[in-house]
Amino acid sequence: MTTIQARFQLDYGDFKLDVDLKLPGTGITVLFGHSGSGKTTLLRCIAGLQRAPQGKLEINGHVWQDSERNIFLPTHQRSLGYVFQEANLFPHLTVRDNLNYGLKRIKQNSGMVKLEQTLELLGIGHLLERMPGHLSGGERQRVAIARALALNPEVLLMDEPLASLDYKRKQEILPFLSRLHQQLDIPVLYVTHSQQEVAQLADTLVIMEDGRALASGPLSETQSRLDVPLAQDREAATVWQATVAEHETDYHLTRVDVVGGSLSLPAVDAPVGTRLRVQIYARDVSIALETPIATSILNVLPATVTGIADGREGQTVVQVQIGNQALLTHITRKSALMLDLQIGMAVYVQIKGTSILN
Amino acid sequence: MLSPSDLGALFLTFKVAGIATVLMLLFGTPLAWWLARTRSSWKGIINAVVALPLVLPPTVLGFYLLVLMGPAGAVGKFTTWLGLGTLPFTFSGLVIASVLYSLPFVVQPLQASFTAIGEQPLEAAATLRASPLDTFFSVVMPLAKPGFLTAAILGFAHTVGEFGVVLMVGGNIPDKTRVVSVQIYNHVEALEYSEAHWLAGGLLLFSFSVLLVLYTALKTQPVAHPLK
Repeated sequence: MTTIQARFQLDYGDFKLDVDLKLPGTGITVLFGHSGSGKTTLLRCIAGLQRAPQGKLEINGHVWQDSERNIFLPTHQRSLGYVFQEANLFPHLTVRDNLNYGLKRIKQNSGMVKLEQTLELLGIGHLLERMPGHLSGGERQRVAIARALALNPEVLLMDEPLASLDYKRKQEILPFLSRLHQQLDIPVLYVTHSQQEVAQLADTLVIMEDGRALASGPLSETQSRLDVPLAQDREAATVWQATVAEHETDYHLTRVDVVGGSLSLPAVDAPVGTRLRVQIYARDVSIALETPIATSILNVLPATVTGIADGREGQTVVQVQIGNQALLTHITRKSALMLDLQIGMAVYVQIKGTSILN
Repeated sequence: MLSPSDLGALFLTFKVAGIATVLMLLFGTPLAWWLARTRSSWKGIINAVVALPLVLPPTVLGFYLLVLMGPAGAVGKFTTWLGLGTLPFTFSGLVIASVLYSLPFVVQPLQASFTAIGEQPLEAAATLRASPLDTFFSVVMPLAKPGFLTAAILGFAHTVGEFGVVLMVGGNIPDKTRVVSVQIYNHVEALEYSEAHWLAGGLLLFSFSVLLVLYTALKTQPVAHPLK
């Protein structure tokens, strides 16, 4: 499997970046963090838009930077696509010419085919003759994504592509990104500070803080780590992969299979076998020591306690394992003491609510 | 009406201004680009030097050029060594002086429009495989079109209107260095007011038309230039 290896060190005095990451060459890797955490700087270093004095960057075996051997490929010689926070289309060119700008500059092979497919995917075929000034914010950003993808790059870099859009436009683009994810095999590095985008898009999650990568790894594994501040957040959640198993139409429910059991969800309009992302908020999960016999909660799964940490204001964060899948729960400190939770204990988790992400 | 020597002066004026404008765009573009992009500590000094002709009496600039390009000056010695003789009182000398004199009128609008373009389109072009030179021609030049238009028109018009520098460096040689402004001066000296009127009125009309066209054309796309 191809991988992305990125090691950068730079020091601007009041800001330092110091990361050493090995990322998968498939799927969407989300770089998540607050503003000033260094996620955008990291992305710009990968693109070569900024040069870290100390760094080594290897994409699919191609060395793009190696400060020890004094190698630094300028941005225009790197096989990448970049989507900026503002769409950054060329205002003097039509949408078509914007899309063709990069294509004209690469050795054309599969480019045109790719472009057709991308136009279809992003639903912008009808905008080709327009000038960027006459597009809505959402349309502009879709064109920018298509322009980057048309080059069929080895990696697609996206810097908060939805941040400048209002809620409605975000909802308009997110499905496109999910589809992209399913239909294209280009690895994507995606910078965001939105937990919603993390939940909806990430396969791999890198949590950035103060110029360092606090944690990185598969989404649910990283989300449920107790040593990152995210676990204590009111919005802390774990995302699971699920497969539609059965529709219980009488009850308006859908049963989905997850690792370590199955869940009943409010009816999902998707055929059996469809892959879904299910998000479970830590605050919606409670813990029992024995199988709850009489309970209104449908989703009860056997689990093992794998970690306990202090949470905010009288809360305890408990990490449990179901099959090989981790799950975060927020319970009160009092309950944790009363249940005398210990690492390694067998417990039952009751899941009050879930949300389906795609 | 206009005499043959008036027409000669007119023709010469437009020839000097045309050639000087082409040269100013040629040298001024990379200079303005550098000034717009550099973080070098030289930027301030170069900016000041380029802007000098805006505040200096033309006779001062002309005087120094005359001394520099004369037989005893550094430039003069060099051109003599090259076998070109000295430049004062020649057409080439006049063009060189005009270029230096009008350069701020070309560099400043260009610099302002390059700065206004900002970093973003350049970065976008780089991520789309365009080399820096490619980016300059395919993105910067089209986006800076109003700047180029302003620079060319102001550079040309300002060269047409010069007098002091011409008199110092070029002198008053018919068909070689005698441009319209000098010709008007000659007419007035000889008390030929009606001849002076024709030329002066023509120049007034020309200057006004040029500026009118410029401001009308740029009304929709404002760009900073030294007259604002």
